[in-house]
Amino acid sequence: MLAFTLRRAIQAIGVMIAVGIISFSMFRFAGDPVNQIVSIDTSAAERAAIRKSLGLDDPVPVQFARYFANAAQFKFGVSYQFRLPVADLLKERMPATLELATCATILAMVVGILMGVYSALKRDTLLAKIFQAVSLIGISLPTFLIGILLIYLFAVVLGWLPSFGRGDVVRFGWWTTGLLTVSGLKALIMPSITLGLFQMTLIMRLVRAEMLEVLRTDYIRFARARGLTTRAIHFGHALKNTLVPVITVAGLQFGSVIAFAIITETVFQWPGMGLLFVQAVQNVDIPIMAAYLLMVSLIFVTINLVVDILYTVVDPRLRSTIDRPA
Amino acid sequence: MSDTAVPHQANPNASHAGATPDRWLRRALASDVFYSFRRSRLTMAAAAVTLLFFLLAILAPLLAVQNPFDPAQLQLMNSRIAPLWTADGQSPFLLGTDEQGRDVFSAILYGLRLSLVVGVLGVLFSGTLGIMLGLIAGYFGGAVDGLIMRIADVQLTFPAILIALLINGVAKSMFGNRMDAMSTLAVLVFAIGLSFWVQYARTVRGSVMVEKSKDYVAAAQLIGLPAPVIMLRHVLPNAMGPILVIATINLALAIITEATLSFLGAGMPDTMPSLGTLIRIGNNYLFAGEWWIVAFPGFALAALILSINLLGDWLRDALNPKLR
Repeated sequence: MLAFTLRRAIQAIGVMIAVGIISFSMFRFAGDPVNQIVSIDTSAAERAAIRKSLGLDDPVPVQFARYFANAAQFKFGVSYQFRLPVADLLKERMPATLELATCATILAMVVGILMGVYSALKRDTLLAKIFQAVSLIGISLPTFLIGILLIYLFAVVLGWLPSFGRGDVVRFGWWTTGLLTVSGLKALIMPSITLGLFQMTLIMRLVRAEMLEVLRTDYIRFARARGLTTRAIHFGHALKNTLVPVITVAGLQFGSVIAFAIITETVFQWPGMGLLFVQAVQNVDIPIMAAYLLMVSLIFVTINLVVDILYTVVDPRLRSTIDRPA
Repeated sequence: MSDTAVPHQANPNASHAGATPDRWLRRALASDVFYSFRRSRLTMAAAAVTLLFFLLAILAPLLAVQNPFDPAQLQLMNSRIAPLWTADGQSPFLLGTDEQGRDVFSAILYGLRLSLVVGVLGVLFSGTLGIMLGLIAGYFGGAVDGLIMRIADVQLTFPAILIALLINGVAKSMFGNRMDAMSTLAVLVFAIGLSFWVQYARTVRGSVMVEKSKDYVAAAQLIGLPAPVIMLRHVLPNAMGPILVIATINLALAIITEATLSFLGAGMPDTMPSLGTLIRIGNNYLFAGEWWIVAFPGFALAALILSINLLGDWLRDALNPKLR
């Protein structure tokens, strides 16, 4: 178990170093950092001085080490567009993204599990078939189309919900939250649905498949033979055993949710990290792109590591197999 | 690849090297697959819609009333006309026009072309890359395999859209912000290709590891065939079923990715819009009540992706390959 945890941790560090190299190469080689800072009429001598002050004369490995050391302290350089430290920009935008991603994940899990259980237990009902059709649409429709559709329905036609932004936010130190105001909550509804829909269909399909699988097993048959109520069998025994993979998938998907927030945030002009990243790509703001890549990778790798370890804790059957090299 | 196979090429695994050289194609068209195709109305409808979209894209210059990529043919006088069946509709603009006087129907046809071209080229590129790397990893094993599969593992952790966006941004910074439409298209294909190779590589590697231990590969090695020939001509055809399924599903994914990139403003430019670009442009006019600028391209995109996905689902069930 310890060996497994250590191996996974080393793998995670390896991934972060690899991503760091990519991020550094983008930062250093994609476009000249000096040209982004100076104006056209800066003399060659001044350019050389800036080059020296930025440490761009040093050997590449030294520069990489410095970049990595800085990144470890969340110093990502200065944004070309905003002339502000990238770390501050990310910090300011992060609460919005995390709040949206969390709401979307919770929504996806609650609704996805309910729909999945229903369509597994009442397989042949009309509603179950509708759920299946909805899940196919959820997988097929691009996220931004769903967002536009929602905006058209609920903001343009009905005028119930705001079409962009976060509404009023309450500030706690550097963290801002929209969960405590009416307009903030209203603004959260459509982006959460848009962002969560894909995960919702994924979880629904997973729960349905797992439930159908579990309901065929011997211990369910035995539970029926013991005369347990249907409710106890379905929810106490069957659902409980399907939840382990569901929670794993939902956990692993949290990273993707943050990445997919790029699209949702653009549609709803949600002031999060994803919108910042898209604007950075449009305006070729390499420091932000590199920093975003590092931040998202860190979140991804951490979640993967935690889920991997938790999974073996929760499901003892896996412990016998984890010593085989994957 | 299969086109180059000579019918009389000895292959101990194929008992009937007959009329068509494309053995995998013949396998895909085997009777049970056709039977399941004919049995599913939904699949036939999806195939019909997909075919229709491809035809519309190919015949775009004949069907369109104007070339939406040619600014000289656009007239501002004709801007923001509602669809033909509404009170404000004007002939010949069937689905209305956008703010530049671009006929929405023509723009959809030409945008469809771009989306399909990027999708198909992206699938070809990622497929070739993934198949090559998968063959190499599976056939040679050892350190090469370890390296390729580690890269695949790392890449699989990140959503394709993020990778595609990053590649796009880097390409922009390296080639300058003023790329012409053709190089944007190339960058899109490249970005999509690099984002989706992993699944092919994993599947091919798995199949190759299974096939490698079979007698016909040993026989091919014994008669002294070089490794590339064994891999491409003998091992690969036996792994083609799952690849076809992945390619179909990835075509839908590639089209979604292209549309998303264009929607995010990192894809095709406004002067040469793909479906995603049209949706981004139209989205700005939604509040003004000009719903048709965004609705029809959006509907076309959704219908295209849905029908390709349905085809992919059916193909997966019909071929029942060892996916995952």
